[in-house]
Amino acid sequence: MRYLSLIASRLLKAVLVLLAILILNFFLIHLAPGDPAMVMAGEAGATDAQFIADLRERFGLDQSLPMQLWHYLAGVLTLDFGYSYRQQMPVLDLILERLPATLLLTGAAFVISLGCGIVAGMLAAMRAKRPSGSLIMGLALLFYATPLYWVAMMAVLVFSVFLGWLPAYGYDTVGSDATGLAHALDVAEHLILPATTLGLFFMAVYTRMTRASMLSVAQQDFVKTARAKGLAPGMIQRRHILRNALLPIITLAGLQAGQMVGGAVLTETVFAWPGIGRLMYEALMQRDYNLLLGIFFFCALLVILFNMLTDVIYRLADPRIKEAA
Amino acid sequence: MSEPLLQIERLTLALPEGADRRYAVEDVSYSLAAGEVLCVVGESGSGKSMTANAVMGLLPPGLRVTQGRALFDGADLLAMDEPTHRALRGRRIGMVFQEPMTALNPLMRVGDQIAEVFEAHGLLTARERREKALALLEEVRLPDPPSALRAYPFELSGGQRQRVMIAMALALEPQLLVADEPTTALDVTTQAQILHLIRDLQKRRGMAVMFITHDFGVVAEIADRVCVMCEGRIVEMGDAREVLASPRHAYTRTLIAAIPGGVAAPARDGADPAPLLTVEGLNKVYRSRGGWWQPRREVVALDEVGFTLGRGETLGIVGESGSGKSTLGRCIVGLETPDSGGIRLAGTDLRTLTGQALREQRRHIQMVFQDPYASLNPRIRVGMAIAQGPIANGVPRARALERARQLLTTVGLDAAAADRFPHEFSGGQRQRIGIARALALDPELIVADEAVSALDVSIQAQVLELLERLKTELSLSLLFITHDLRVAAQICDRLIVMQKGCIVEQGSAERIFQAPSHPYTRELLAAIPGRHDDATAAAAPAAAPRMP
Amino acid sequence: MSFFRRFVQNRGALVGLVILALVVLLALLAPLLYPESPWRMVQRPFLAPGELPGFPLGTDTMGRDVAAELAHGAWVSLLVGFVSTLVALAIGVPLGALAGYFGGRTDDVLMRITEFFQTIPNFALAIVLVAIMEPSIGSIVLAIAVVSWPPVARLVRGEFLSLKHREYVEAARLVGQGHRDLILKQILPNTLSPVIVLASLMVATAILLESSLSFLGLGDPDTMSWGYMIGAARTVMRQAWWLSVIPGVAILLTVLALNLVGEGLDDALNPQLARQR
Repeated sequence: MRYLSLIASRLLKAVLVLLAILILNFFLIHLAPGDPAMVMAGEAGATDAQFIADLRERFGLDQSLPMQLWHYLAGVLTLDFGYSYRQQMPVLDLILERLPATLLLTGAAFVISLGCGIVAGMLAAMRAKRPSGSLIMGLALLFYATPLYWVAMMAVLVFSVFLGWLPAYGYDTVGSDATGLAHALDVAEHLILPATTLGLFFMAVYTRMTRASMLSVAQQDFVKTARAKGLAPGMIQRRHILRNALLPIITLAGLQAGQMVGGAVLTETVFAWPGIGRLMYEALMQRDYNLLLGIFFFCALLVILFNMLTDVIYRLADPRIKEAA
Repeated sequence: MSEPLLQIERLTLALPEGADRRYAVEDVSYSLAAGEVLCVVGESGSGKSMTANAVMGLLPPGLRVTQGRALFDGADLLAMDEPTHRALRGRRIGMVFQEPMTALNPLMRVGDQIAEVFEAHGLLTARERREKALALLEEVRLPDPPSALRAYPFELSGGQRQRVMIAMALALEPQLLVADEPTTALDVTTQAQILHLIRDLQKRRGMAVMFITHDFGVVAEIADRVCVMCEGRIVEMGDAREVLASPRHAYTRTLIAAIPGGVAAPARDGADPAPLLTVEGLNKVYRSRGGWWQPRREVVALDEVGFTLGRGETLGIVGESGSGKSTLGRCIVGLETPDSGGIRLAGTDLRTLTGQALREQRRHIQMVFQDPYASLNPRIRVGMAIAQGPIANGVPRARALERARQLLTTVGLDAAAADRFPHEFSGGQRQRIGIARALALDPELIVADEAVSALDVSIQAQVLELLERLKTELSLSLLFITHDLRVAAQICDRLIVMQKGCIVEQGSAERIFQAPSHPYTRELLAAIPGRHDDATAAAAPAAAPRMP
Repeated sequence: MSFFRRFVQNRGALVGLVILALVVLLALLAPLLYPESPWRMVQRPFLAPGELPGFPLGTDTMGRDVAAELAHGAWVSLLVGFVSTLVALAIGVPLGALAGYFGGRTDDVLMRITEFFQTIPNFALAIVLVAIMEPSIGSIVLAIAVVSWPPVARLVRGEFLSLKHREYVEAARLVGQGHRDLILKQILPNTLSPVIVLASLMVATAILLESSLSFLGLGDPDTMSWGYMIGAARTVMRQAWWLSVIPGVAILLTVLALNLVGEGLDDALNPQLARQR
């Protein structure tokens, strides 16, 4: 019962956030240079007055702003995100077509960055005073300071151009008609570079955070208690320090996972990865505002989903919250 | 007595460079026989805990052993390699810490944390560990042990957590228990229970206990022998009874003076003064806001509280944590708003005033705070900190600053202190500055909220003396809020005892100490360490000189 | 001056400060060293670094002097980084202060807004904002500020929440100081050190954001920037790898330097924490 009401309240909150994003979206469309009808007409490549007037009426642009907002929201409720004249397709179809590739990329990058980040942070904390610990932190700082897209380009330069180990761009080999496992392996090969380069920055974030968190937990009284019990250092690290240190990492991971979707724009652009990030770049190049804002909405939606997910994980990990409920 | 269990010989621990002194402890030697309770007593910074940490191999980073040995059953703990030392920890030497709230892992069930002690030393099967854990929780008398076993630390109270800590320390029946201020963070009644438990278990198991404390009252309760430390050195050592009865060192005498030598407060002038402050039917309920899923929670902090405070009187408000005593003080000074009730100062109802008129009246009630380190803004010079009240009330800046210098001398500091920042002062000096700040607005009433609780006992006495002197010189009235009955006994004319938001008893301090009428007051008085029970209070071991 | 001594004892921070000083110097001297527009074609394209004297870093795809581009780009990066951070502070500090100080309804409303802006993926929002407002230094600064103020507001709010119940603040309240004095004189000065540390890291993040936007073609069309240089070199990576490596290293060094300085400030301003590390 408690869980039901918890889930209900979370959903309500998510819906409110989405509503706010839609309203923001609506006003951003109106901020866009020029009359939306002109913009749309421009996108459609037509400029005659009759066509523009038709557009005006069709999209209710001759109505008052609140009415327009209402139409916009009603449209979204029926999953109508507008039409992209440039691509000659409904926005929703375009996004849904590209979404799986982005989910695959960000999912892989998330797992890589979180896994490696936590392990590296742990090692760095345990070797805080040794050169190996400093080396890990030095690398983390380096990746933290490197532009995402530049790392991607350098990776292409080294691993594709100079070494020729991995494909430089795309989702799978063009013209290959491999199916099943062979196709999956092909995709996986194409995934390695984009996922790793997207993950590197976030890995640096998690490494730094895990280390700082572990060092601060190590100062706490219960760690001294564990030592007074005669527990071996390894056990203290794993059971007492790491578990407590991971709590803030979970929260951070939720926030970052969402930001990763935004960061994917850069990675997908460099690697020509056919996801919504690449689509966003295309929309940008063509000043296709309907599509741009539709993608923006889906990015926000993904962030909210990630946040809800980490919220659940946090609840499982920290007994104090369950009881407080 | 036979061979000592623990023998510390000429131990010297060096502090890291740049510390305020070179050695944490210097040339310390003492021994502890099996089945004996040794109290190591000292104020903060005396180095009393450091020896214990060295014995446990838990010295904080930066501290080094420069000389000496610590022989435990013949083996030198300080020269041991870490695995050997670790094998002793928990198994033959157990330890209990000061802060029960943070000493347990918040994410692990209590039962698992106790079972871990056996696991650490590779003993028993998982099932046997659980059974032993349950038996231990029963032994430390936790209510409902089976459910306590499955509880997380945050579900237990401070006293219960300390029992869990003791269960953990005793799990493997160690020969030596090191207890580092294990009752300092607890309320006085809980403290009495925990002391009783430790003494009881110690007798039953015949272990040796090294009990570290700052409180001679606790020594009187529990110690066989006592070792008094001051600034890293042992100043006095001997049989507890003898030291309590005839302390040789002056420092020991100051410490002992702080415990209640038959707490009976001296009779004060009986004449009923004219009322300055009248509090009527004060109510305050704290409500946690119901969040998205949380139900509202209500805590009654004040329940129909009423009393009067006469001009020139010192009224003590005594209670344990959660009794509402601080809320009462905060309502009176205006930091909190009561839900209902009246507060009248010299006949004016503060609750009906607003704006300028209220500010004018508020000036007459000032507060001295508990924490000398948090009560001064680290970025504001002392003189300005004192002068900002008058400035906010329209006094010209130069005059206010001049007055601040005078006030500093009034509270026993140098006028030049005005130009310095708070971090340059000690705790006791800061508390004096806090008092000067309260005086700057020429108040009629000062509310002192645990004003000496954070200070060492020797400093406590000086600050209490200062308050007493200022009270007479400036004809102030004092509302003295404290959890410490001994402090209340030293300064208060009348007492109010609070429990769970209600006043359970009020009367002259003398009457309350000698003939408490409410059971809770009796419980509180009985729980004061060092005071065996009220009937024999006068004959208590501490026939120590009372503070003047 | 123990703060300064603690800061210079940190070798990383000192190195960071030196690099940062060099970048600032480069940015300031750019109009003197390369008075001509960096967009001007000066030689044949694709000169490798050192190939011709006078062009130590070579030329790009359009025959522009890479060294001139780099110098003028430094100016834009630093300008956008610092100004957008100042704007973000100007939004975040007052919001956080008011939310933390007054609590209750004020806090609820302000924090909902902050959470909302934190939920929106910030890079995507920056892209949308710049695209819609048309790329210019102004719109870039604004977009970066809009996506980077929430952490400031949260930090300041947190500090205010814990400081407003400090005894010295309550004491100042009791002696009759008003809200304005309490906020500005008692609490705000004590929140400054974490805010300064955060701000130095925000400048670094802002520089990264600006370069990412220019990389995507959302830079100010009138000013040369490092991100634009990398974006323009992307298609010729195989022929002229140095064209993307040089500006990339410039960004990396600048951002690294700012992070090192930030960490140094953190250690120097919070000595207790530094010792734990």
